[in-house]
Amino acid sequence: MAVVEVRGITKHFGAVHAVNGLNLRSEEGEFLVLLGPSGCGKTTLLRMIAGLEEPTAGEVLIGGDVVNGLPPRVRKIAMVFQSYALYPHMTVFKNIAFPLKAEGLDPEERREKVEWAARLLDIERLLDRKPRNLSGGERQRVALARALVREPSVFLLDEPLSNLDAKLRAAARDDLLEFQRRVDITAIYVTHDQVEAMGMGDRIAVMNKGEIRQFGTPGEVYDDPADTFVATFIGSPPMNLLEHQDFLFGFRPEHFLPREIAPPEGGTPLTYHVSRIEFLGSERYLYGHVYGVSEKTKVIAMLPSTVTLPVAQEEDHEFVVVKGKMRFFDKETGLRTSPRPL
Amino acid sequence: MATEVITTRRRRYLLDNERVLGSVLMTPAVIYIVALVGFPFVLAIIYALSDVTTGSRGFNFVGFDNFVRILDDPVFLRSLRNTFVFAAISNILVVVLAKALAMILVADFKGKWVIRFFVLLPWTTPISLATIMWLWTLDSLFSPIDWVLRWLGLIESNSYFLGKPGLAMASVIIVHTWRIVPLAAVIMMAGLAAIPHEINDAAQVDGAGFWRKLFEITIPLMAPIIAVAVLFGVILTITDMSVVWVLTRGGPTNSTQVLATWSFLKGIEGGALSQGAAIALFLLPVLVGLTVVILRLARRVEVF
Amino acid sequence: MATIVRDIETERTQARRRRRRGRIGLYTAAITAAVMGAFPFIWASLTAFKQNKDLYVKSNNPFLFNLAPTLDHFKFLFNDTNFLTFVRNTMVVGLAVVAITLLISLPAAYSLARLARKWGERLGIGIFLVYLIPPTLLFIPMQRVIVFLDLQESLWSLILVYPTITIPISVWLLMGFFKGIPRDIEEQAQVDGYSRIGAVMRTVMPLMFPGVVAVIVFAFTLSSHEFIYALAFNKASAFKTIAVGVPTELVRGDVFFWQSLMGAAIVVAVPIAVVFNLFLDRFVTGFTMGAVKG
Repeated sequence: MAVVEVRGITKHFGAVHAVNGLNLRSEEGEFLVLLGPSGCGKTTLLRMIAGLEEPTAGEVLIGGDVVNGLPPRVRKIAMVFQSYALYPHMTVFKNIAFPLKAEGLDPEERREKVEWAARLLDIERLLDRKPRNLSGGERQRVALARALVREPSVFLLDEPLSNLDAKLRAAARDDLLEFQRRVDITAIYVTHDQVEAMGMGDRIAVMNKGEIRQFGTPGEVYDDPADTFVATFIGSPPMNLLEHQDFLFGFRPEHFLPREIAPPEGGTPLTYHVSRIEFLGSERYLYGHVYGVSEKTKVIAMLPSTVTLPVAQEEDHEFVVVKGKMRFFDKETGLRTSPRPL
Repeated sequence: MATEVITTRRRRYLLDNERVLGSVLMTPAVIYIVALVGFPFVLAIIYALSDVTTGSRGFNFVGFDNFVRILDDPVFLRSLRNTFVFAAISNILVVVLAKALAMILVADFKGKWVIRFFVLLPWTTPISLATIMWLWTLDSLFSPIDWVLRWLGLIESNSYFLGKPGLAMASVIIVHTWRIVPLAAVIMMAGLAAIPHEINDAAQVDGAGFWRKLFEITIPLMAPIIAVAVLFGVILTITDMSVVWVLTRGGPTNSTQVLATWSFLKGIEGGALSQGAAIALFLLPVLVGLTVVILRLARRVEVF
Repeated sequence: MATIVRDIETERTQARRRRRRGRIGLYTAAITAAVMGAFPFIWASLTAFKQNKDLYVKSNNPFLFNLAPTLDHFKFLFNDTNFLTFVRNTMVVGLAVVAITLLISLPAAYSLARLARKWGERLGIGIFLVYLIPPTLLFIPMQRVIVFLDLQESLWSLILVYPTITIPISVWLLMGFFKGIPRDIEEQAQVDGYSRIGAVMRTVMPLMFPGVVAVIVFAFTLSSHEFIYALAFNKASAFKTIAVGVPTELVRGDVFFWQSLMGAAIVVAVPIAVVFNLFLDRFVTGFTMGAVKG
């Protein structure tokens, strides 16, 4: 178990600045998620922590030691790749025993540890199979078992769920979290999927263009986005952003409600023109625009299905942004600003 | 202090460093090629500009004298012309035949492996052995081709394929073509396989028949790879000497002489190293030109 | 509805007929191609078994055995000529060349496929270009180099020089195979506690088996095909390979031992062709991988 820290870390690939002088520090035993769109530098950051990539500048610390210049094998880390990278020519047993062989354990010890890890992940019956005969979920478990046997101080996970189909993914997410809690090892998890990030992370570092835009708990990142990028990247559908005078203001679709059902403390009233309604079972999405402020900008409202209030297509309706849920941003920099009068 | 620790660590893990490991692994190949291709290549140029022979110890730079001298030599001019005529005609034949062969080889049919085995024989057999079979097939007295022509009543006695300048040239061209077609077909097969299935399917749904599909879809899409196959063919023909050497030795009376054989006769058999090298070097600009074209086309092949 | 497909039955028979015509065309083309490719081989095979009194009679149908076939010429080939020496020389040279080729091109190909970033592509193309500098251009200086090293009239000359032909093409071929193996695998092994070289040896090399086999076959055949250097370096029959020995030695003055000559050619051509056919698909994938994923 160890704290992972990066200080002013930078990686340039020629003219491409993948990671730009970034600082980050995990807590012990924390599940830390690096979230961002593809090409934001999150995988590069993870690979620098693993030692697969040497930083252009800055330092990587694992358990308080600077590990720059050290190859991956001496960093006491385990990594699970997107593809799981199971060795195709080895059985599951040999796959899991592979890191132990590197440590020079004798065969008896190896067997014991492999069996311990296999039991923990409930894959004992798979030990004699080759990776190509495993399902996606089983492969993940094998990869985790292989990561676990070394008793690493840090787990690094690079989008380990993205190769699973949607149905499996929810269950796998659950397994993974439970596993991490049980072994209580710091985990750094890279994903572009905000649902995974919100659901799994103790804290989330939202990245874009090689920089961390915000670092906080899922609640903080969702409710108090640090800038317009975080505001629109997190949440589905994203936060509505409207331009007004020299600033932007935004609100989440679920905080934009018809006046009739708005909470009693009120809020900011807006006249909403509904142009299209999407019925999605558990909720309704309304698409339209607001009169008076940047009318060309599409505004989405989300009504839970428990709201039966009739709202019709191609009609105007009085809506309210729930009190305290309006967020303000600078028009130039996109950064959060203090509330402004509308 | 921290940096000191890091540098000592770095030294310990030198082979884990990508740049160091990359160069270490690359070095043997580079040394081998520089020593045994680069150095002889430079030597070839030096020889071509000197008066060195096998026997003499003397060594003088004579500038472009060798080139001037060989350009006055009618046999050289004949060889130069033959080299290009052989390459051009063979490869025109190669394109058509290889395209047809490639289409046969990508089709599915029973007994395909037998056909493929026979069809590839000309390419897999060592070229000197393949040529010696042709030498016997084209024999002045016992050629089975002559026998068939006599049997059909087309000729009275023998054709003397390798004894008459025109027929000898035709024979060389045919053997070259025969040998390169399989290779070109294999290259084109790779190209055919790269054409997405959907395009063929779409064409079929749109009602295009065999010939329409061939001329409007397959050939345009394959143009770059066909060109690659041809360029390889051209290089193989203009640099090869075994076919001419075994079949005719350049005869009758130098009518099938090519640069490669003429250079060998002059340089190795005749001992005039400088002239031999100068003759061979005439190929260089052509090779460089063809290579540039190959690289350009290879870029375009990558697109699909 | 009937107007859309005028007459389903007619259409169907026509389609069937078209398909059959296509099949017949395909088989005709395939067989013609095979006969054209194999014609000299067919003639050579017949020749090798013919008696002198059958072969050297102009009026005899050359495609038939007018007298009983005989194995005498093969006996002559194996017992009274240097053919077996040539075979042995070819094997020795081939195996040595394969070993040198693998030893040098495997690391180079790995380096180009994985380690080299910017200069990798250029160096890769550069090495490929070397393949296009043919023996025709180099045999004169190369012969002087061999004389200088005092290697003429020995197999060492060929063993030393042939890798210049096989290395460039093998590097290219192996590069394709390396690129076909996911990077993840060796990175995982590095994270699992192995050095880079250890990781590659344990996880990548086992997966490279098909590529290595392809190179073995390719390098071996290339070296058995080579003609110019072999002709230029060695004059003594004890050091000739098949490619040079058979066409130059099975001739006494102006007398060709045609049957034995053809026998030798067939004995060599058929095994090479069999092996090549087995590996053809692998070559094609190897080369296209090298080009496309570059």
